[in-house]
Amino acid sequence: MDNKPKHIFDDPKNVKRVMHFLYASCALLFALDFVIHRHVYHSWENLWGFHAIYGFAGCVVLVIVATWMRTFLMRSEDYYDDEWNTDLDEKNTSDTGAANVDD
Amino acid sequence: MWMTDLPPFVLFFIGALFAALTRGRIRGFIMLAIPLFSAANLWMMPEGVHLQFAFMDYQLEPYKIDKLSLMFAYVFHIAAVISITYSLHVKDTVQQVAGMMYAGSALGAVFAGDLLTLFVFWELLALTSVFLIWARKTRRAYVVGLRYLIIQIFSGVLLLVGVLFYATEKGTLDFQYIGLDGVYGWLIFFAIGIKCAFPLLHNWLTDAYPEATPTGTVFLSAFTTKVAVYALARGYPGTELLVYIGAAMTCFPIFWAVVENDLRRVLAYSLINQVGFMVCGIGIGTALAINGAVAHAFNDVIFKGLLFMSMGAVLHMTGRINGSDLGGLYKTMPKTTVLCIIGAASISAFPLFSGFVSKSMVMAAALENGHDWVWLMLLFASAGVFHHAGIKIPYFAFFAHDSGLRASDPPTNMLIAMFIAAGLCIGIGVYPAALYSLLPYDTGYNPYDATHVLAQTQLLFFSALAFVWLNLRGMYPPELKSTHLDFDWTYRRFIPLVLRRLLAAIWKVDGVIRRSFLAKLDSGLNYLAQRHEGPSSLLSRDHPAGSMVLWVAVLLAIYLLMSFIR
Repeated sequence: MDNKPKHIFDDPKNVKRVMHFLYASCALLFALDFVIHRHVYHSWENLWGFHAIYGFAGCVVLVIVATWMRTFLMRSEDYYDDEWNTDLDEKNTSDTGAANVDD
Repeated sequence: MWMTDLPPFVLFFIGALFAALTRGRIRGFIMLAIPLFSAANLWMMPEGVHLQFAFMDYQLEPYKIDKLSLMFAYVFHIAAVISITYSLHVKDTVQQVAGMMYAGSALGAVFAGDLLTLFVFWELLALTSVFLIWARKTRRAYVVGLRYLIIQIFSGVLLLVGVLFYATEKGTLDFQYIGLDGVYGWLIFFAIGIKCAFPLLHNWLTDAYPEATPTGTVFLSAFTTKVAVYALARGYPGTELLVYIGAAMTCFPIFWAVVENDLRRVLAYSLINQVGFMVCGIGIGTALAINGAVAHAFNDVIFKGLLFMSMGAVLHMTGRINGSDLGGLYKTMPKTTVLCIIGAASISAFPLFSGFVSKSMVMAAALENGHDWVWLMLLFASAGVFHHAGIKIPYFAFFAHDSGLRASDPPTNMLIAMFIAAGLCIGIGVYPAALYSLLPYDTGYNPYDATHVLAQTQLLFFSALAFVWLNLRGMYPPELKSTHLDFDWTYRRFIPLVLRRLLAAIWKVDGVIRRSFLAKLDSGLNYLAQRHEGPSSLLSRDHPAGSMVLWVAVLLAIYLLMSFIR
């Protein structure tokens, strides 16, 4: 037995428990829709489980679109770094200076 | 109790002076005493104009109290107490003074009864807050601070020009409903829009806030955008354009928040998302919607402050803030973890937390006024905010994979500040009547009916389910060391590149013209030289010996003649 202190989520069983709690809550909340009489403010809300489905689908779309955005928006971590090197350091006169200076 | 008629900003500026002159515990005591005294004082103050004088032909009212300004003033006092408590351990005098002045400027702005006073505090907000960014003392923070200052000052200049137009057209400087009539309306609208982080004008916020010091960001998140929200609520309630701007603000930043690695930048994007709800409410403009916007601003200052504080604590203790570097911190920072989760639950608008009782007003107002599509966008944004701020922030910082970092909970003063904020989040969520009694209108709104609680809980739990499902499927975008381009790319990369290319082209053309001119000049000179070269020509130094002999003969002949004359 190692002497490192054990933490609650070091045990995969506890992670499972959290998951099962989430699944059970979701099922219960979905079921409640059929039991509780709701005021409907909007016709879409007549749909059973409208908020549940909308929440789930919304997040999946959000993540898929955001992941797709990475294909054209992601750059390396130091993408903007030259801003505070070239323009300000007097010694370093790379592209702004050298390329354009007329001889 | 001892009272004063001095406006709150004067008290805060005096506090800043003391903060500059004192050190250690005395400074901490004075800095905390000032906002507490000012808040108690304000509680006793009746509504109305408490300070006014004539300036040229105009009446200035630097201290005017009404329900709307009071609401913001109260939350600014709370934010000041929390932020100052959170930064008590900071020894850097510049930060302490700047924080005090910044909070004072925000209070000055919300009590400004006229537009000129508003302008003065508008610029002071920029000038004082930039020191909280520069205090990070990195090269990056310096550049970012400059960029921040330029944009904020530009907003102030727009405001001033708008105010001048307003004064000539209306003959008064009174800060009342402005509306989008005439040039002045649009100028002031854009000035506020910059500070409010309207879409495409928003990047100063996501650029600057994550670069400030851990304590500085807590100050920053509270004041500037909320002053802008206040100004919109006073000058532009019921402006329909704001409904769509607000809806756009709630939706677009969440996409960036999902993929962003710097967790404080994630919070900056989510700040724009929350301000979007307020802007939308102001645009709808009914009593319920304005109440919702103002109440949400009030709550946002506290829960966003709490989230920034928890991430500040992580940065302070580990020196890291990127999601890719963090994880597993719940083991050694249990208190921070719980406090962060309370903030996350509040921003996600879980029932019994503060976000729930204010955000719902805006959404209910959107439906009541027939903005169905806007309502759908807000609902999507509510699910999204839970996804990126409610789950992602605590998950990647405190859970996820174990990063091996073993930082302990932050210093006591930081914890106390977070406890106060967390207490308020839960307190307002459980007993919203206290908050509602401060609101500008009485609408008798009750957030806790079965329909609303069930709908919101379903939305949130199924968003969480989506997060789990995406993670299990391996579809969730991993935290990567990266930069994601946003609109600031246009002025940080594209425009400089175009200018550089343009200047390079101009230089090239200029070079060609100069060179061809020089060549012409050269050939002209050559031609002249050639014409006059050769023995005994104009430009020559060589002369034939014969001509020398001739001239010698001439000289001798002259001598001879002269000798005859004598």
